[in-house]
Amino acid sequence: MGMTIAEKIIALAAGVPEVKAGDIHTVNLDRMMSNDGTTHLTVDMYNQKLKHPRIADPKKMVFIVDHNVPSDSPKTAASQKKMRDFAREHGIDFWEGKGVCHQVMMENYVCPGELIFGADSHTCTYGALGAFGTGVGCTDLLYGMVTGTSWVLVPETVKFNLTGKLPEGVYPRDLMLTIIGEIGANGVNYQVMEFTGDGAKTLSVSDRMVLCNLAVEAGAKTAIFEADEIALQYLKERGREPKAVFSSDADAVYAREYTFDLSKIQPVAARPDFVDDVVPAKEVCGVRIDEAFLGSCNNGRIDDLRVGAAIVKGRKVADHVRFLVVPASQEVYLQALNEGLIATFMESGAIVMNPNCSVCWGSCQGVIGENEVLISTGTRNFKGRAGHPSSKVYLGSAATVAASAVKGEICTADML
Amino acid sequence: MEQFTGKVWVLGDDIDTDIIIPTEYLALKTIEDMKQYGFSPLRPELAAQIQPGDIIVAGKNFGCGSSREQAPEVIKALGIRCIIAKSFARIFFRNSINNGLLLIEQPDLYDDMKEGDSITVTVNEQVDYQGKAYPIASLPENLVEILQAGGLVKAMRRRNGLE
Amino acid sequence: MGQNIIEKIIAHNIGAASVKPGEIVTAQVDRVMLDDIMIPFIVDKFQEMGFSRIWDPDKVVLIYDHLVPASQQDDTRHYKVGDAFARQYGLTHVHRSDGICHQLMTEAGYVKPGHVVFGTDSHTTTYGCVGAFSTGIGYTEMAAILGTGTLWVKVPETIRVEISGTLPEGVMSKDVILRLIGDLGADGATYRCLEFGGSAVEQMSVSSRMTMANMAIEAGAKCAVFTPDEKTAEYCQITLDEFQKGLVPDEDAVYARTLTYQAEDFVPVMACPSQVDKIRPVSQLAGTPIDQVFLGSCTNGRLEDLEAAARVLKGRKVADYVKLIVTPASRLVYEQAAEKGILAVLAEAGAIITHPGCGLCCGRTGGILSDGERVVATNNRNFLGRMGTSKVEIYLASPATAAACAVAGKIVTEAMV
Repeated sequence: MGMTIAEKIIALAAGVPEVKAGDIHTVNLDRMMSNDGTTHLTVDMYNQKLKHPRIADPKKMVFIVDHNVPSDSPKTAASQKKMRDFAREHGIDFWEGKGVCHQVMMENYVCPGELIFGADSHTCTYGALGAFGTGVGCTDLLYGMVTGTSWVLVPETVKFNLTGKLPEGVYPRDLMLTIIGEIGANGVNYQVMEFTGDGAKTLSVSDRMVLCNLAVEAGAKTAIFEADEIALQYLKERGREPKAVFSSDADAVYAREYTFDLSKIQPVAARPDFVDDVVPAKEVCGVRIDEAFLGSCNNGRIDDLRVGAAIVKGRKVADHVRFLVVPASQEVYLQALNEGLIATFMESGAIVMNPNCSVCWGSCQGVIGENEVLISTGTRNFKGRAGHPSSKVYLGSAATVAASAVKGEICTADML
Repeated sequence: MEQFTGKVWVLGDDIDTDIIIPTEYLALKTIEDMKQYGFSPLRPELAAQIQPGDIIVAGKNFGCGSSREQAPEVIKALGIRCIIAKSFARIFFRNSINNGLLLIEQPDLYDDMKEGDSITVTVNEQVDYQGKAYPIASLPENLVEILQAGGLVKAMRRRNGLE
Repeated sequence: MGQNIIEKIIAHNIGAASVKPGEIVTAQVDRVMLDDIMIPFIVDKFQEMGFSRIWDPDKVVLIYDHLVPASQQDDTRHYKVGDAFARQYGLTHVHRSDGICHQLMTEAGYVKPGHVVFGTDSHTTTYGCVGAFSTGIGYTEMAAILGTGTLWVKVPETIRVEISGTLPEGVMSKDVILRLIGDLGADGATYRCLEFGGSAVEQMSVSSRMTMANMAIEAGAKCAVFTPDEKTAEYCQITLDEFQKGLVPDEDAVYARTLTYQAEDFVPVMACPSQVDKIRPVSQLAGTPIDQVFLGSCTNGRLEDLEAAARVLKGRKVADYVKLIVTPASRLVYEQAAEKGILAVLAEAGAIITHPGCGLCCGRTGGILSDGERVVATNNRNFLGRMGTSKVEIYLASPATAAACAVAGKIVTEAMV
């Protein structure tokens, strides 16, 4: 029987010729990522709960400080120090202040065909390069770190046929929010979203990251694209080789199939407090905002900054709005600096922060206060996600966010 | 002349405003919210131990550092009756007077003082401790006026015909 | 009897021929600076005092810097209170994310030579760099100024600091002021004015002078002052008038004390934990391991400071497991540093470049540390607990020294990397 890309990756990691949805397999993990959200807990368990603590292969581990950076309290500083000291002692790759973990992983580690655990729900991002990345809790991560293995329940795959091409002024983020709005926040619970079709070929690796990253917001275990020439080119530019390049078999089994025509997608927004409460962006225009956020592992890459900069160029951010621009990584920051995008943002009155999770995480610099309204390119708009429990978060594309920052209320770029 | 007796807490030289109230707590809404953190970097338990009417005796340069007026306000809110130090930093000095917190400069008391003992202060005259009198100077007239008005806010209210 | 600079400024302000130390006068205020931490308290006091209008809204500058970007949910309340106050009383000079208050007051042209300026922050002494009389006050006095436009001032005694010669390579004005604070002690200039002069001072840029005026408060000074010169005029984008040109001390001016230094004698120094006056030559501290470096603040976050760091860091990397946090002093500094490629050099070396603001210096965010960690910082204070717990060790240094330490991962001088 045929297999999907996800099934092939699991089979390879399990060392078996074939797997099918519903099987449970022990797998060798290719890589594990842990960030400052939870690494201190993992380290505590490692030091306190294990009889014979050991790390199977430190080279498979990556620790990344991105959530609260630079540190904003003695408590976070202590957690980060614990993480730093542990990485140093055990020879684990350690990144601090170099970007949001998933962006750093994509720029430096992820290879097609790999099975990767990350102690963060948006680890599903790595499917953009044809890897199987999924989020786990710190106990699972600890088990993986100690044994180099884990168990996986093989998920069903849901196929998303993408056709056509996105219209001018419409972005992958609009597409993915539209998909989530349609299938619901639990639409693909514990399943894999496989993106395929002619439309997929029109998307860059960065675009694909936008789609895969948000898959968890529809409940998916992960999302995946075939590692085609676009993905392999991205890899080559960074001097990496694929572990394995898979495509789904013609007779692979899918739980369901959906088709989305990219040319029909329009700018949309997700309303507070649910990612799947998606409406045409025009419907929320006029909502007064206090803050606008362009950044995150979902939408803080160079293409997103280019879109935002083109909109604010020669314009000023509204007086009452704080427009946070947060490049997803140091690499993105440097490129934006060289392209003059950072200068454009600064001239417009934006607040350009160092690469970090910022307000997407809601506990870092940029938090919003009582009854405030944020429009964001972040991953989530849950109640209180960005700060005070009474605050509201709308999700939109980089274009919508930048335009709203200028107008002082939600608007689409064509309305400026 | 006004006279009062109080138990003494002894602090050292250069007690800065970050010690009196760390920046971390400066944006709390009220002085009441802040006061539990008074002196926390140096003596985390002190704020809870201070009783109304207690007195602080310290070395030189008390209140150095920032202009944060929360510093004297927190000390006052903790119930401290007055501070006697070898010297005070100037912004802190002005802020204290403006809030009606009495500060007294006295060069020798600190060297003799033992924490927990009581002293008696006779304003503008002397401090009595274990049978010894420590002379103190009078405040300049313009400051006495502000103190007598009950602080600068009251002085301004009077100016604006509100009191 | 002759007058020194600060006496001339105060006398001019009150319309007197001369003033003398100890005299209490009522000053007519030229500018005030209100910052974001204090604004809710200022507003409360202003209202409690019963004022219905601000004496001159054009003279008031409101700056959000300590709390930008917000690190706690309640921080945004301060912006809301400030914005509402500005609207109600017609304030037009409001900076919401443009950088540190003291940098903006001079850089954006609010303070000119000869002005009398008050701010709700102790480092308001900074504006002495352009020949103004400026000092920090509390929020109650600020509220009274907003209503009346005046404040009582005791004319301070002045300490003259005369520095002749040329500073050695690798020695910055930060090293000079740190050494001076060490010599004077943290209360050595209490209530007094520090007046700087001499050929070494004349050679300094306005930025370098700012560093020194900024830290005068760390010796307890009420204010600091430099004679405005051509560099000042250019910086302030003005032509000096007769009064401003006359802001030089008379030959028979009276000083409480005069300190004389030879510039060639200065070496790179640090203020050691946890007193600003605990000064040691960097060479004596060499080898001490560090965890973090902070380059920024109203003391040393300007273009020449970032340039000095970039000179050290070009083609090098920040040491493993060490963080270098760079927080430019203002939006303009950030933009200029981006334009000149300085930010690129710093970022390539591994620096974390944050948005302009007070950052770590005010201890609310921007790189807080924990027990047992050690930081080399270019700001103005190393008080206990200022950047995290009371078990964090803070060493204050010049930007060049700080950058060298970041590369080495331990305390070193620029010459040692």
